Amino acid sequence: MAIYLTKESKVLVQGMTGAEGMKHTRRMLAAGTDVVGGVNPRKAGSTVDFDDRAVPVFGSVAEGMRATGADVSVVFVPPAFAKAAVLEAADAGIPLAVVITEGIPVHDAVAFHAHARRQGTRVIGPNCPGLISPGQSNAGIIPADITKPGRIGLVSKSGTLTYQLMYELRDIGFTTCVGIGGDPVIGTTHIDCLEAFENDPETELVVLIGEIGGDAEERAAAYIRDHVTKPVVAYIAGFTAPEGKTMGHAGAIVSGSSGTARAKKEALEAVGVRVGATPTETARLVLDRLEAER
Amino acid sequence: MDLYEHQARELFEEHGILVPRAEVTTSAKGAREIARRLGGRVVVKAQVKTGGRGKAGGVKLAADPAAAELTARQILGMDIKGHTVHSVMLAQPVDIETEFYVSYVLDRAAGTFLAIASAEGGMDIEEVAATRPDAVARIPVDPAEGVTGAKAAEIAEAAGLPAQTADVLVRLWGVLTREDAVLVEVNPLVRTAQGQILALDGKVTLDDNARFRRERWGASEAAHEGPLEAEAASKGLNYVKLDGEVGIIGNGAGLVMSTLDVVAGCGARPANFLDIGGGASAQTMADGLNVILSDPAVRSVFVNVFGGITACDAVADGIVKALDTVRLTKPLVVRLDGNNAARGRAILDERAHPLVQQATTMDGAAQHAADLAVSH
Repeated sequence: MAIYLTKESKVLVQGMTGAEGMKHTRRMLAAGTDVVGGVNPRKAGSTVDFDDRAVPVFGSVAEGMRATGADVSVVFVPPAFAKAAVLEAADAGIPLAVVITEGIPVHDAVAFHAHARRQGTRVIGPNCPGLISPGQSNAGIIPADITKPGRIGLVSKSGTLTYQLMYELRDIGFTTCVGIGGDPVIGTTHIDCLEAFENDPETELVVLIGEIGGDAEERAAAYIRDHVTKPVVAYIAGFTAPEGKTMGHAGAIVSGSSGTARAKKEALEAVGVRVGATPTETARLVLDRLEAER
Repeated sequence: MDLYEHQARELFEEHGILVPRAEVTTSAKGAREIARRLGGRVVVKAQVKTGGRGKAGGVKLAADPAAAELTARQILGMDIKGHTVHSVMLAQPVDIETEFYVSYVLDRAAGTFLAIASAEGGMDIEEVAATRPDAVARIPVDPAEGVTGAKAAEIAEAAGLPAQTADVLVRLWGVLTREDAVLVEVNPLVRTAQGQILALDGKVTLDDNARFRRERWGASEAAHEGPLEAEAASKGLNYVKLDGEVGIIGNGAGLVMSTLDVVAGCGARPANFLDIGGGASAQTMADGLNVILSDPAVRSVFVNVFGGITACDAVADGIVKALDTVRLTKPLVVRLDGNNAARGRAILDERAHPLVQQATTMDGAAQHAADLAVSH
């Protein structure tokens, strides 16, 4: 099994006809994703040819859902239009919207997350690489060929650290890898994914990747203590980050004594989570743990 | 981006929040002129983007224009928590009767904004919140509804502020939303002896992501802290200067942050954070390398790339391109993995520059770069 995304998932791409949308739609199709349509009001009725597959373009998410039964939308539209795109997807009642766009103003994110919650749409992101259930489906920009299906679940604030761990643990493989994004306000959280992985019978262990800023990792630690029975191995980035500087991600900032990597590591270790000092050591801890389970 | 106090004050004034009369200057002579215009007696305040100015001696009362000039001369050039004072604001003194605290902050966990207010203003609010949490009201604001008159009255009442502050709370919400701010804070908000509600000092943090729909702060946003930051920003690179000796370039914020940590774990200090981003071109890579090599503190450079969207051959092309334009005098350790890694490694092997060394693992590469920096 997998969480949130399976081979049955039917995917629409908002912004498919843009340069990034085209490039990544091609990659998603190559990874086996059932991309059933793109959305662009100005190009409704046309189709886009991707190698051996012609993908129709719809005028709206609602129209695309009616025509294809789509249940996932991947959003590639530029920051200035991302709010409207997510509101549209939520209004159409899509169950899952994956927002890849980086650089969305936080007021826009606050507004669309509030609306999506009311509409019952799960949002992943923004500013995230999306999610992949290897061998089944890939919604976003995670490279599909660096790992394979397996028994680890992964949830991460960082795209490249997701890839790094996927690659280091490629021999074991993954059920689903979810990049939740590095913005201050995101939809799906570490906790949401921990809950879903706990309930997924094929996931044997969860890798949690966090970074400086906010207290999401501390809250995840409290959730693990109370609700998670499967082993969790973690990695936290940003021990050397100085206070008050934004380290690449809009949400990655230490403010005063809050949001430090040390506090996050300590919170996780206090509930029995092993935390690696480097991505490679983290991968080794995963292997040791899986070995011990046998 | 944090605004200076005088910029925050300007925004408050535009949104109809009362503020003391004030002007800003970069010279002591200018301070004397301003003091004269403001009626002689003034408060001279260092303009730096950090708290604790008062304790550091950056805020002083001057009795007349001559004293204002002298005080400004003392404050200009001061170092306050690593921030050099380049300008001072001179403000008319105010007869304070009572001080309050109000702010709107982003509540990351709840995904909305939170009003924080207290009848105990003028001091360290974190201290008050820690020692007497009851003295601080924290009220979530529904983003769809915002702060209406009724909501403002609710916040004022919860915090024990006078009802007259409700109007300021509504206007301050206007600053937050219309200026695309992620934080607005007034501390202290005061009631004067004349019964006016006045914002005596304020802090505003604007959302960098909203830059595309905000033109007015363009010039000050371009004013970065150092020449290397400015150079990197002009090339669209995500760069933070740090105070170590290993230059670090990578793709993706998470991987670069991780690279800093791993290098630090190997006994050296990172000199910077530089993220070339996703899908970086050869030009981006070359620009990044040039920025880092022009930092005299850098003794070795670690290029750490896990190719996802970014192709390792483009990164390798960028390194080769940079080698053609700058004379490399510092050793470069390169680790390429992921998308087109084999092709990228081959490009570097072919160029065979004596100072460029490849490594196969992130940890090994970090150790090597750290050793080179320490021994170089």
